[in-house]
Amino acid sequence: MSDTASVDTRPNALSAWPDARGRFGDYGGRFVAETLMPNIIELEAAYEDAKRDVEFQREMEEFLRDYVGKPSPIYFAERLTEEFGGAKIWFKRDELNHTGSHKINNCLGQVLLAKRMGKTRIIAETGAGQHGVATATVAARFGLPCTVFMGATDVERQAPNVFRMKLLGAEVVPVSSGTGTLKDAMNEALRDWVTNVHDTFYVIGTVAGPHPYPAMVRDFQSIIGREARAQIMDRLGRLPDAAVACIGGGSNAMGLFHPFIDDEDVRLIGVEAAGHGIETGEHAASLKGGKPGILHGNKTYLLQDDDGQIIDAHSISAGLDYPGIGPEHAFLHDAKRAEYVSATDTEALEMFQLCTKLEGIIPALEPAHALARVRDLAKELGPEGVILMNMCGRGDKDVPQVAEMLGVSL
Amino acid sequence: MTNRLTTRFNELDAYGRPGFVAYMMAGDGDSQSLLNALPDAGADVIELGMPFTDPMADGASIQGAALRALEAGMTLQGVFAQAASFRENNDSTPIVLMGYANPIHHMGFENFARRAEKAGVDGLICVDIPPEEDEELRTALNAHGIALIRLATPTTDDNRLGTVVENTSGFVYYVSTTGVTGAGSGVATEVGDAVARVRAASGLPVAVGFGVRTPEQAKAIAERADAVVVGSAIVDAMNEGGVEAAVELVKSLSAATHGAKR
Repeated sequence: MSDTASVDTRPNALSAWPDARGRFGDYGGRFVAETLMPNIIELEAAYEDAKRDVEFQREMEEFLRDYVGKPSPIYFAERLTEEFGGAKIWFKRDELNHTGSHKINNCLGQVLLAKRMGKTRIIAETGAGQHGVATATVAARFGLPCTVFMGATDVERQAPNVFRMKLLGAEVVPVSSGTGTLKDAMNEALRDWVTNVHDTFYVIGTVAGPHPYPAMVRDFQSIIGREARAQIMDRLGRLPDAAVACIGGGSNAMGLFHPFIDDEDVRLIGVEAAGHGIETGEHAASLKGGKPGILHGNKTYLLQDDDGQIIDAHSISAGLDYPGIGPEHAFLHDAKRAEYVSATDTEALEMFQLCTKLEGIIPALEPAHALARVRDLAKELGPEGVILMNMCGRGDKDVPQVAEMLGVSL
Repeated sequence: MTNRLTTRFNELDAYGRPGFVAYMMAGDGDSQSLLNALPDAGADVIELGMPFTDPMADGASIQGAALRALEAGMTLQGVFAQAASFRENNDSTPIVLMGYANPIHHMGFENFARRAEKAGVDGLICVDIPPEEDEELRTALNAHGIALIRLATPTTDDNRLGTVVENTSGFVYYVSTTGVTGAGSGVATEVGDAVARVRAASGLPVAVGFGVRTPEQAKAIAERADAVVVGSAIVDAMNEGGVEAAVELVKSLSAATHGAKR
């Protein structure tokens, strides 16, 4: 072993990334304006410290149990299993969490960290509004002022969530620059952060952004996979053949996948939003239709044109409407450890209705995408197979939009 | 190698005169005419903005300019073409490109550096590539004699300043306030202390920008810095009154800057 600067510090296991520079292979890193660098470095140190602090962990566990409602159950979706005619389908029911999605797992962790760091103001970006609602909820619980940036287009299509955030005492700032969707909300949150760098904690909602966010959000979301892995072992005495989740930025998928990365026989399948179809160019499938680039603090796959300008994503689901993807997904994609497929708006709408009718579970439009590929996979694996899908959010928020798409006036 | 930036700052230093740095967005309005007119209007250095769809360190003025430029069809190749056209009649005023990482990364760092050199570009400010991430870009730029200009900010403490100034060249851009471009400027006296600190650590001239809009502000900063940068105000003038209005503003700002006593 050489003792020079060229010592290879790359982790051995695929699950052990990022490296000291916040890289997952070539992806990730810290691509932010200089004003934010001291903050990012401070955050990294504070997070490392909190991870080792028993008291912090105890507080997290207590709130996850008593406030969020952890552990969420796993559920055998018997009628969908029958309908699809193949592998047994199990849902990890993270839609049963307080606030209705997996997002709160991460918000709780970050807001507790903000408190620990002495930050007095919380900001967040949101697409569908689930992360905004979860952040506003936890901020309300800890008495911290909260500002949520939301694309103007999303403010319109997710009106119920906007009102929920306001009830929770958050200020909702509609962002009309660009296309008024998630990426523009993230730009605006970064602008706020660079302006209020001393007192503000930016709660990023997905496994993207500058290091340590992708790793930190993944760690907070890994409770999904840790619980589900133990639960399915307990119920079936075996691991699933595949773990499936939808992907916008990729936080619920990363949270589900991570505890399974070293289980080589478990296929990890991420479902991106194909919008009107990848061939139409109107989609949000960064891995299928994008190229590596640099945006919002990290290097990852991005939807971009021939001049490196970011292309607007399109999806029926505001939560998947993002032109990038978390860097760890980019890494797992290139390493071929995870498979990435896609589902269209139409398929999601169909699955939204099917799941509601057969299981009495109204899925959010986001996991409805995952269900479309679960259908194919169930046939492929056959009756002996077991599929674990993360039902990452409930669809109440989508009811007005779905009604409109189906031509029903409420 | 000595590039136009070093020469220009040496000249300014010899005259004991603060420099005026004018920022403009390539592709916003008749930008070629504005670019060509800037030296006679008193700009000592030109920052030429490369438009990007997601300019997350910029305020409303420069965001708007970038989107207008993209709408009008501006590309990175187009930016190089404007610089090259400018160079046909001017071989002394340095051009520093300013923009974001993704278009540069997409072109390829080496490819970008080669084309920039060919177009007569002297430096690059890349807002979202901090020192920890810029080795590959810096190596490419160095090979083509293009300065990588780093940003120091009010959050850059002494601990970090060493990292920021290491391997930088040309000048250091001091961002006078925490915030986006076009927001309020920092307090002049605090800026003076910061400039002294950055100059001592880097051994390079220090240009101060962000939030400077009026001749009075420019003069107050110029008394304490090696150069003053104005961007959003020029971009606004260009948008509202065209090349003529932008040139008039640059004349008054540069006169105020050059008249400041250091």
